[in-house]
Amino acid sequence: MANGTLEIKAISGHAGPVPGRDTSRDYDVCKLIDVTTCIGCKACEVACLEWNGYPFRETVFDNTYQTMPDLAWNYYNLIRFNEHVDGDGNLSWLMRKDQCMHCADPGCLRACPADGAIIQYSNGIVDFQQDHCIGCQYCVTGCPFNIPKFNKETKKVHKCTLCSDRVGAGLEPACIKACPTGCLHFGSKADMKDLAQTRVQQLHEHTSHTNAGVYDPSGVGGTHVIYVLHDINHPELYGGLPKDPQVPWMVRIWKGPLKWLGNLAMAVGIIGVATHYVRYGPKKVEEDEKKGEPK
Amino acid sequence: MSTAASRPQSAPSGAIERYTFRERVMHWLTGLTYLYCLATGLAFYSPHLYWLATVLGGGPTSRYWHPILGVVFLMGVLWMQDLWRRDMEITETDKRWLDRVENYITNQDQLLPLQERFNAGQKLFYWLMFYGALLLLLSGFFLWLPEYIPRQTAWVRGLMVLLHEIAALATIGGFIIHIYMGVFFVPDSMTAITTGWVSRAWAKTHHRLWYLRVTGQPAPKG
Repeated sequence: MANGTLEIKAISGHAGPVPGRDTSRDYDVCKLIDVTTCIGCKACEVACLEWNGYPFRETVFDNTYQTMPDLAWNYYNLIRFNEHVDGDGNLSWLMRKDQCMHCADPGCLRACPADGAIIQYSNGIVDFQQDHCIGCQYCVTGCPFNIPKFNKETKKVHKCTLCSDRVGAGLEPACIKACPTGCLHFGSKADMKDLAQTRVQQLHEHTSHTNAGVYDPSGVGGTHVIYVLHDINHPELYGGLPKDPQVPWMVRIWKGPLKWLGNLAMAVGIIGVATHYVRYGPKKVEEDEKKGEPK
Repeated sequence: MSTAASRPQSAPSGAIERYTFRERVMHWLTGLTYLYCLATGLAFYSPHLYWLATVLGGGPTSRYWHPILGVVFLMGVLWMQDLWRRDMEITETDKRWLDRVENYITNQDQLLPLQERFNAGQKLFYWLMFYGALLLLLSGFFLWLPEYIPRQTAWVRGLMVLLHEIAALATIGGFIIHIYMGVFFVPDSMTAITTGWVSRAWAKTHHRLWYLRVTGQPAPKG
């Protein structure tokens, strides 16, 4: 991207490899979340808060490992926890890092009426610009993943930026940097899809997770955050990840055909009345008083 | 109906009171709040009209006031319902008038049945705006405070935006015709709704039955 030339190539006196080398960030970026190696440690949550300068939020105990019920305007990134018993009685703890998916066809951006409030960069990052946000929350209606969160005090909507500020400077997002198990990866979409496929192959060959697969939903044009799931047929088990997310049809109609039909109708209406005036002119009042008395 | 008679006789000579002070305040309260909601609404509706929000104080300001003035608009509409409901009832004569509306459009008014205080076209516009306003408020409420709608019923929000847009477009259709008729097509309507007065000739031409009634003359037979 723009600051690609500032990507670090070599570091003097540095033990180990140069961070981020051999990853291509030239085009679209992608975050890969391999939920099969996530231990739910929440380091990503803390890193996210630290980088964005938000305080830790109050936790809500619900008898599980879920720390709080949902994302918040100042909490972009949350591990969703689910205790799942499969058909054979096997118990598993499903952890999924939940945040903005950075859709290629973002429903939030489609629904937003405010000029410049949502921007999609050519590297795939979908970013909210609070300066231009008017607080209407149409983005919340447009999002199939229930991600954007409203700050009631400032009347602005916030969500994960995929650390656009870091990525713009050639760094990986804060969550990636913090992950201790290596379940988070960051690079180009092509690289991440390759890596995800490799991992899926591994799961198929070496574990019992024969339904493992990559979650990169086509209904929203693919996403710039993709998952490796143990069971690709049941994404909803992972804290309600939608099976086939779509931009809601109501948003499509209201931002699509209804928009140009409405524009057309208004234009036709105005031209119509103007033409009518030119053709028929104003109504005239019968001034003749007919002997002073109406009939 | 009794409104015209209750005015002190400070009338311009030969003029008839078309709208009372109360009716005029009600009309302009409704009209101006509608205009504000229209302008800000159009800004949210189309990127090409977003400049309207900028002119009116910016996007966030427009977003803040649009629903509040929308509620004031609805209150005006309810007040209007209180004042004009009876005058706006659609009668058999109105149906005959509507059958021949072409004659009205082409200025052949002599072929039309005589009209009461409001003609059938005005009545249709009235009911369009009345039901439109109710629909706009109902749907608008969901758009106003979406943060209080639980996620499980999120689809309602999308549906309401759609409904809000359709209702708004319907009222805009009526509004374009209303402005055209009030400002251009029927001269002196604007004076009537601002000062309250119309000439006898105006009243006789456009609303003969009403004219005869308020001047205490018998209606023609049939």
